[in-house]
Amino acid sequence: MSQGKSKDVISITVEFSGGLEMLFSNQRKHILSIPTKDESGEASNVAFLVRYLCEDVMQDNRRELFVLDDTVRPGILVLINDADWQLEGEDKYEIQGGDNIHFLSTLHGG
Amino acid sequence: MPPSLCALCKTSRAFILRPKDHQKLCKPCFISVFETEIHHTITSNNLFHRGERIAIGASGGKDSTVLASVLKTLNERYNYGVELILLSIDEGIKGYRDDSLETVKRNAKQYDMPLMIVGYDELYGWTMDQVVEQVGKKGNCTYCGVFRRQALDRGAAKLGVKHVVTGHNADDVAETVLMNLLRGDLPRLSRTTSIVTSTPSAVSSPDSPSHTNIKRSKPLKYAYEKEIVLYAYHKSLDYFSTECIYSPEAFRGSARALIKNLERVRPSAILDIVRSGEDMARLVPGGNEACSNGCSGQTALPEEEEGGCGSSNGRSAGGEMASMEHQLAQNDIATEVGLEIEITSSSLNGQQSGKKKDPDAVQLVNGKKGRRLKGPAQTPRKTARQTMGQCKRCGYLSSQEICKACVLLEGLNKNRPKNNIEVSSYAPEQEHGHMNNATNAMQKLQLGVD
Repeated sequence: MSQGKSKDVISITVEFSGGLEMLFSNQRKHILSIPTKDESGEASNVAFLVRYLCEDVMQDNRRELFVLDDTVRPGILVLINDADWQLEGEDKYEIQGGDNIHFLSTLHGG
Repeated sequence: MPPSLCALCKTSRAFILRPKDHQKLCKPCFISVFETEIHHTITSNNLFHRGERIAIGASGGKDSTVLASVLKTLNERYNYGVELILLSIDEGIKGYRDDSLETVKRNAKQYDMPLMIVGYDELYGWTMDQVVEQVGKKGNCTYCGVFRRQALDRGAAKLGVKHVVTGHNADDVAETVLMNLLRGDLPRLSRTTSIVTSTPSAVSSPDSPSHTNIKRSKPLKYAYEKEIVLYAYHKSLDYFSTECIYSPEAFRGSARALIKNLERVRPSAILDIVRSGEDMARLVPGGNEACSNGCSGQTALPEEEEGGCGSSNGRSAGGEMASMEHQLAQNDIATEVGLEIEITSSSLNGQQSGKKKDPDAVQLVNGKKGRRLKGPAQTPRKTARQTMGQCKRCGYLSSQEICKACVLLEGLNKNRPKNNIEVSSYAPEQEHGHMNNATNAMQKLQLGVD
């Protein structure tokens, strides 16, 4: 969570709720600066963000509660600026500065 | 990707993609459509009648919170004329239920509804914390599920309410349909797909307690879990989403995970499964009592029905796919050894037998006729119609002499550890003849040390 002011990072807000916050230090809202480009030099998309979250943000080692088969676990809704990610191209959506990406679980509690 | 416009108002930006029909909706249109569909479910099934007092089984979780919010909205909008009361069960789980009950208490204020909390400790003399201390974490969900069902009925009886609504959603029902299909349990399939169930007043004894005739319904039966969560999110409802500490991650390796995977591939799958379950239920001979007396989609549900975890809407506690596989393997072995008897298809031809209350129909299912000794295996099912009576101990409706809760309680009480062991109270043989050896030995050991 380095606050680099260089052009190589974009600042976004990532939220976890519906029980998912327990995997992320019980913190609902995270202000993050993520690289503008992914590992292969492409613009960072949601798929990259999910990998980034697993590697650099998640403290909990139960990664499979968040990711399954290399994508967000079925039952976890992803909202990009409040819109269903299915309306935005799912994990191919290219992240813009200031975006709010919300991971909202339907799996916990009842 | 340019933002899409709402399919209904055609002016605002779409935020929601509906799983059932891929319709793109803006927030206000989604809220309105979601509520209207619940209203339609309620009116087309005649769930409520004017003047009725209705208890909402409220856990503080997403489903019951949305149910309470929507019912309040609809009751005011369409003037149902019903009185809504929140009914919560306190299982006695520290660090879980005590927190979620705080949510329910806030909901009671937010929705201006009276709230009643009934505790396992007052009803059964045991909190779930104590049960787990006794039986361990494995299998404790069975206790919780059995106790819960009665607890809701008893709570309703205390309130003088004859109707309890629960937050079971389409995902819950689809999961139950799948599990009952895999188990081959057709009678239960029939009962659990029903939107209204009731513990029938089969016993007409004058001292029959009122908690034996309480109607249950599921107004959210056709609502996707996804939409329930989105509704709560877009309306900023206050709900609790922590997992029960005794069955965390219940969704792993469960039928639930299967449902969610199906939804990812084809979102309409969930409602398709619910509808298929209903269609199949209609073909179960003798399974749907209601069709023989008025066909209102109402069916009897004995208390043994919900064995699983209560707090997650009867959702199973995970790992059941593995145990199912084990059972199927066992069935295969049985086939090879020739232990199984097939029930011919003619016996399951329920079209005609299901309509009339035909005692033969039931017999057919029991395999009395049409037995064959060879052929593909099918587990013979005991589908004998349950005759409802009352538990001899507590008076609760039961198909057995002693209801399941009392059986579980008996086991618990037998093994209840004696807390304050003193020499003066040492008369265990007389008082507790059934005390098990381990406890006995422990007592003696303690006495020895003292």
